[in-house]
Amino acid sequence: MRPFAYVKPADVAEAVRAATEPGARFLGGGTNLVDLMREGIERPDTVVDVTGLPFDTVTELPDGGLRIGALVRNSVLAADGRVRTRYPMVSQALLSGASAQLRNMATVGGNLLQRTRCPYFYDHASACNKREPGAGCDALDGFNRSAGILGVSEHCVATHPSDLCVALAALDATVEVHGVDGTRRVPMAGFHRLPGDTPDVETTLAPGELVTAVELPPVPAAANSRYRKVRDRASYAFALVSVAAALEVRDGAVTGVRLALGGVAPKPWRATRAEDLLLGGPADETAFRRAAEAELADAVTREGNAFKPRLAVATITATLRELSTGGTAR
Amino acid sequence: MRVTEIRMKVNGSVESLDVEPWVSLLDALRERLGLTGPKKGCDQGACGACTVLADGVRINACLALAIQYDGREITTIEGVTHPLQEAFVRHDGLQCGYCTPGQICSAIGMLAEHEAGMPSAVTGSQGLDEAEIRERMSGNLCRCGAYNGIVDAIKEASR
Ligand SMILES: Cc1cc2nc3c(=O)[nH]c(=O)nc-3n(C[C@H](O)[C@H](O)[C@H](O)COP(=O)(O)OP(=O)(O)OC[C@H]3O[C@@H](n4cnc5c(N)ncnc54)[C@H](O)[C@@H]3O)c2cc1C
Ligand code: SF4
Ligand code: FES
Ligand code: FES
Repeated sequence: MRPFAYVKPADVAEAVRAATEPGARFLGGGTNLVDLMREGIERPDTVVDVTGLPFDTVTELPDGGLRIGALVRNSVLAADGRVRTRYPMVSQALLSGASAQLRNMATVGGNLLQRTRCPYFYDHASACNKREPGAGCDALDGFNRSAGILGVSEHCVATHPSDLCVALAALDATVEVHGVDGTRRVPMAGFHRLPGDTPDVETTLAPGELVTAVELPPVPAAANSRYRKVRDRASYAFALVSVAAALEVRDGAVTGVRLALGGVAPKPWRATRAEDLLLGGPADETAFRRAAEAELADAVTREGNAFKPRLAVATITATLRELSTGGTAR
Repeated sequence: MRVTEIRMKVNGSVESLDVEPWVSLLDALRERLGLTGPKKGCDQGACGACTVLADGVRINACLALAIQYDGREITTIEGVTHPLQEAFVRHDGLQCGYCTPGQICSAIGMLAEHEAGMPSAVTGSQGLDEAEIRERMSGNLCRCGAYNGIVDAIKEASR
């Protein structure tokens, strides 16, 4: 690995100051950054280890929501009783990601900023606009089974790999960030960016900005929610398609719905078009399928991922059906 | 300053060692302390051969920087005495044995997680049945395919 300096700041101000220097990177659990550094894709001069900062608890918010410190480990968040009862899809999303060892290391902040698993991004011999702006994109006509179908561009078709973020998008979570100019609150929908012609710019964070917390608003419908992940093997693999869904039904009609998709877009994809079609309508198979098809109507596929729109429609429909018939977690 | 002195309690004894910031916990254990039980399979977090316990919690030592574990307690297979070891032998839970140190450390961590009520993606099934063991151990790959024996060994040791 390329040499770098290591600093462990005592407080947020020091962390932000250190990370604002060019070539600096925050270090959480290291499960993505250390890997990318070993591959020579990330090449920081300074690594700012934030794991000593006091953001490692989950606390109640006055409005009934939850505040999750950015340094809470993924395994700890998945096991939190409040998360499991009020937002089961958050717990399920976390548990469907990586392995137990990795979840014991990974932090919430780092999960939001993990980078794509597009194989060409990892392969120095390939052209990749995300790794090397202007180089081209070998995924367009290459092995693109995992590539995205919504929100992608001619410059990059990679997907955002996080499972947690899909659930956070469905819940309209807020990300709290600290920078040199103080604190900002960023809605999940505005945190990640679509690639356009700058796929290397992945979030709306300014250099040196530290994620300090994620806040979940109260969402009553989320008590009946589910994260369903479809992948090439039963466990320990990234999503081909995933669905975070919450559903509230009264007298056969949808009175509350949240829907977001993973594995299909460069960011966690909030399915607002489907939500709008579902809300107030009948909670039946036909309505679920119609809404799913509408959400996927703009899908752009390539040779390897042409199966994804159908898979996404089927997964959305099945997940909503399961929620409407009172089926919860397996 | 490129080298920092860190202290870790490794398998019960306090060790102090000088590490550069880019030395992984796995390399520190293997190369500097001579503990070659934890294996380097992929060095990318994907195989689990490097699994050790940090303060009793299973982690992948290959993606951990040693410097981050200053002041912590590390257990490798060399520091383990557990009924799982006998059970692995009895149930043919190993062929070449390359993944075995990681499998056993992982299983010890897993049993503690299960005991503490931590969920998995298949939680809902009663107790530690086969599906539950397979899901919870999915971070440890075995190239020899000794999985059936591994599952049986863990099942026996968990009773
Ligand atoms: C084999 C393998 C399989 C995996 N499978 C899955 C999967 O199925 N689903 C899934 O969702 N994930 C998966 N992951 C990814 C894993 O979840 C992420 O690596 C992890 O969540 C990142 O968290 P971390 O704390 O380790 O981040 P780090 O590696 O420490 O950091 C990642 C990035 O975030 C930045 N960062 C860290 N903390 C902060 C902060 N507080 N504020 C601002 N920036 C910060 C870092 O600078 C870095 O750029 C897998 C990883 C591996 C190695
Ligand atoms: S899809 Fe994006 S990440 Fe993958 S090769 Fe193309 S530019 Fe790189
Ligand atoms: S060597 Fe660490 S997971 Fe493979
Ligand atoms: S016994 Fe050979 S890798 Fe598992």
